[in-house]
Amino acid sequence: MAHAEHNLAIFRGNLKFKSNIQKIWGVFTLLSIITIVEVILGIIKPTSLMAPFMSAFEGGFFATLGNIIFSPIIYLKPLNFIFIVLTIVKAYYITWDFMHMRDEAKGMRRAVVWTGIFLISYLTMILLFEGDYIYEVYKANYIKFDF
Amino acid sequence: MEATVDTTAPKGAWSGGSNRPFKASYGKMMMWFFIVSDALTFSGFLAAYGFSRYKFMDSWPIADEVFTHFPFLHGVDAPMYYVALMTFILIFSSVTMVLAVDAGHKMQQNKVIIYMFLTVIGGAIFLGSQAWEWNTFIKGDYGAVETKGGRILQFLDKDGKRVGLNDFAVDLPEARVSQEGSNGIWYESEAVTRTSVSFEEVKEGFLANENLLIRTQYLDENGHPTVLSREESITKLINEGNLVVEGANLRHNEYGSPLFADFFFFITGFHGFHVLSGVVINCIIFFNVVIGTYERRGSYEMVEKVGLYWHFVDLVWVFVFTFFYLV
Repeated sequence: MAHAEHNLAIFRGNLKFKSNIQKIWGVFTLLSIITIVEVILGIIKPTSLMAPFMSAFEGGFFATLGNIIFSPIIYLKPLNFIFIVLTIVKAYYITWDFMHMRDEAKGMRRAVVWTGIFLISYLTMILLFEGDYIYEVYKANYIKFDF
Repeated sequence: MEATVDTTAPKGAWSGGSNRPFKASYGKMMMWFFIVSDALTFSGFLAAYGFSRYKFMDSWPIADEVFTHFPFLHGVDAPMYYVALMTFILIFSSVTMVLAVDAGHKMQQNKVIIYMFLTVIGGAIFLGSQAWEWNTFIKGDYGAVETKGGRILQFLDKDGKRVGLNDFAVDLPEARVSQEGSNGIWYESEAVTRTSVSFEEVKEGFLANENLLIRTQYLDENGHPTVLSREESITKLINEGNLVVEGANLRHNEYGSPLFADFFFFITGFHGFHVLSGVVINCIIFFNVVIGTYERRGSYEMVEKVGLYWHFVDLVWVFVFTFFYLV
């Protein structure tokens, strides 16, 4: 048997289920609630969440540093930031409880999750920076793209 | 290798040995590493989508305005509801899958059969939904005009409501000459598909109808597409209008940038292909459970392995849902 014992506690041990089946339904409820919240937010699109909370710092090295540290609330609309956080929460529970990552050995967990997260963040960062750079080039263009 | 693999074990992939790396079986670990590599492929697609979207930040279509249909509800503006429903279907089939895995651990063959069956059904419903979504997207909605620069012009009435091309285009006598090699113009082949109205008909109809305005794909400060005044609209259409677009394919897209349609087809298509292969693999495992293969083997680990793949498909959809439809 792969793993007879299931870890039945979620939310850092704050919520303990009596059986594995109960845990499955609990996680399903959680995922459903998150999805419903996402859909409601996506349809309403509250205006207060449509503009970034902060504008970018101008100036020298520390402004750049500040822009990097606060990038989620400077360059992202709060709504999109919420969507991304909720998505990662959903991904966590699918991986940890549906795919039983919670019950795997620590080394296995790290080999799979950290590899993925590192490579994906790196690729995303490079491509989004590059896309934004090309956008700026198009905007201040010497060539007419729309004719 | 000796440090991790039990070399005294019988031939075969670390079967029977007690010294198993990460305490996982060979098959399960390889499934996990396959999932990692597949996740990288999907993230490549989604990151490329992000790249293109950042590149055309001021003119990217708004997903809410593209996917507004719901089956059997014609003319009802239902942004997002259908995709949300598809998400629920997939999450629910994930639940039945994990219940099948759990029943497998307890060696309850009949429960595994029921839950695997429900999982396959859920996957099939999802695939059907995706086919419907593709069909709606390809057929298009109101139709639009593409400019010489490849940008999209959409039509609105005075109240800001979208207007379909067929609602205002006039009927012009057709002066269509088919181009044949015998006329010496063999090098200009004819377009394969034809739209229901020609550009000239749309232009005449637009000029005749004072109430119509043009909306470009460029977004204003509030993130809404720019609406031109009547004079600007006329100038724009006459000077830049080029051809009529109805629906979307890999080259033209009435909703905006053709790249949006390309990514839609590639990302949801690649995901749909994963769902399809997941359903096929689930079917195979289902029949194996029915004929009692795993009962005789004394372990339902195959159900667990295919379950990993199925959950991964669900996991990818969670990301596609966010980055394609929500953000």
